[in-house]
Amino acid sequence: MPDGVVMSADDVRRAIVRIAHEIVEQHRGSRDLILVGMQTRGVPLARRLAAAIREFESADVPVGALDIALHRDDLPARGAHVAIRPSDLPQDIAGKRVVLVDDVLYTGRSIRAALDALIDYGRPQRIQLAVLVDRGHRELPIRADYVGKNIATSPRDDVAVQLDETDGVDQVLVVGGRD
Amino acid sequence: MAKNGRGGRGGRIATAERAAAAPAEAPPLAGEGVWQRRHLLDLDDFSAPEIELVLNTTDVMKEVLAREVPRVPTLRGTTVVTLFYEASTRTRASFELAGKVLGADVINVSSSGSSVEKGESLIDSVRTIKAIGADALVLRHGASGAPYLAAREAGCAVVNAGDGWHAHPTQALLDAYTIHSRLGGVRGRKVVIVGDIAHSRVARSNLWALTALGAEVTVCGPPTLLPVGLDGRDRDGADEWELPPVRVQHNLDRAIEGADVVMALRLQRERQEAALIPSLREYSRLYQVNAERMARARPDAVVLHPGPVNEGIEISAELAHGARSLIEEQVANGVAVRMAVLYLLLRGRAPA
Repeated sequence: MPDGVVMSADDVRRAIVRIAHEIVEQHRGSRDLILVGMQTRGVPLARRLAAAIREFESADVPVGALDIALHRDDLPARGAHVAIRPSDLPQDIAGKRVVLVDDVLYTGRSIRAALDALIDYGRPQRIQLAVLVDRGHRELPIRADYVGKNIATSPRDDVAVQLDETDGVDQVLVVGGRD
Repeated sequence: MAKNGRGGRGGRIATAERAAAAPAEAPPLAGEGVWQRRHLLDLDDFSAPEIELVLNTTDVMKEVLAREVPRVPTLRGTTVVTLFYEASTRTRASFELAGKVLGADVINVSSSGSSVEKGESLIDSVRTIKAIGADALVLRHGASGAPYLAAREAGCAVVNAGDGWHAHPTQALLDAYTIHSRLGGVRGRKVVIVGDIAHSRVARSNLWALTALGAEVTVCGPPTLLPVGLDGRDRDGADEWELPPVRVQHNLDRAIEGADVVMALRLQRERQEAALIPSLREYSRLYQVNAERMARARPDAVVLHPGPVNEGIEISAELAHGARSLIEEQVANGVAVRMAVLYLLLRGRAPA
């Protein structure tokens, strides 16, 4: 693997297939399940999970997209640089089992915002979290239910998840600290 | 007032089709980088990408309004003051709701029941509002240009909610959004604005917005109710009233031929008293938008009216409540458009 690459395309593919199996195993099937990807890279990940589940379970799990820009708690600092994207949940989430999907779990603040946003759509029976990479350094009491890979990082590192749909290539990079 | 950027291209507008399809890993809304404004005073210097950013942001806000709990904390901790020197139902209510949906505190001040009744000047009222610590001032005033004066004094974002005969930018933005979302786009659409153009801030702002977005606009009304500066005529020395180039047609039947959108304007009864029209009956005979006349428009043509409607004068009751009418949709879209405007002006100002 080239320098800094912590997950190759194959690693990403295997992690998605494994998480898809874990989700179906834990929920004993895919009934009432909804995968909600967080904009931007959570959305293709959620769609890939749904495709994997379709393959071995022959069931279609609905996929939604959630944008949390309007729920951020750091809007003042980022201000005009926050880009908002449309949210699109395929159906009523009340009573459903929602698996939130994101690329990187870091401080937990975007997940908190996503939880707030989701609950405004209805009252799901359960919300779980699936991430491709958990890089640690939580600032809130939040953990993932499904993790592709745990990566030890320094807060100064940048973790870049690249996906075919958004970046033309599947890989995860850690770009070293800026000190 | 600058006149740049008219007819600019660029900016992708999310369509209803896309929203219905599987969720895309959407790029940031087109035109994100173009927004540098602190106030919304008029649309005369807005470029197409800026207007398209507002329309795209409105799409996001529509989705928020459709949620079970239509509340987001985006502008929590900010204060929006509405200061209205003229009567209004829909504009004021929709600004208030827009602010509240985004989590802002909204304070309504009207001229009656406030110190304005005691003779407080506009500038003093604006200074008071500044001292309260408002982040945005939404101002409606009978004098054209009042929001410009307020913007100099307010020290916060100023949104023009209608000033005299001059501008009503959020109304024009919601009209553009309504046309865009119903017809799938504004560019190349034939829009006819009928009625008292000269005294209409709604018409004036719509001329700027719709021409910037590439619509073919025709204005129609009796010569006494059309402003100078249209049609390239009377341009010399009439700079303040300069308007974008549009077609002028005094005959409504001819104007409506092949139209995609017909926008009827409210006829104020004072116009008859000022002898600008001979009688209301004659006006409605010549300029009322009704089903018979709409038969000359395109089969899928729609009707807009900024409200409040004088049924039976500028528009027939049957048409105002019929299938072609988007009047209620305009009101509903008004909240989302005003959310988009407040968001674009205030993001980055909310305390953490």
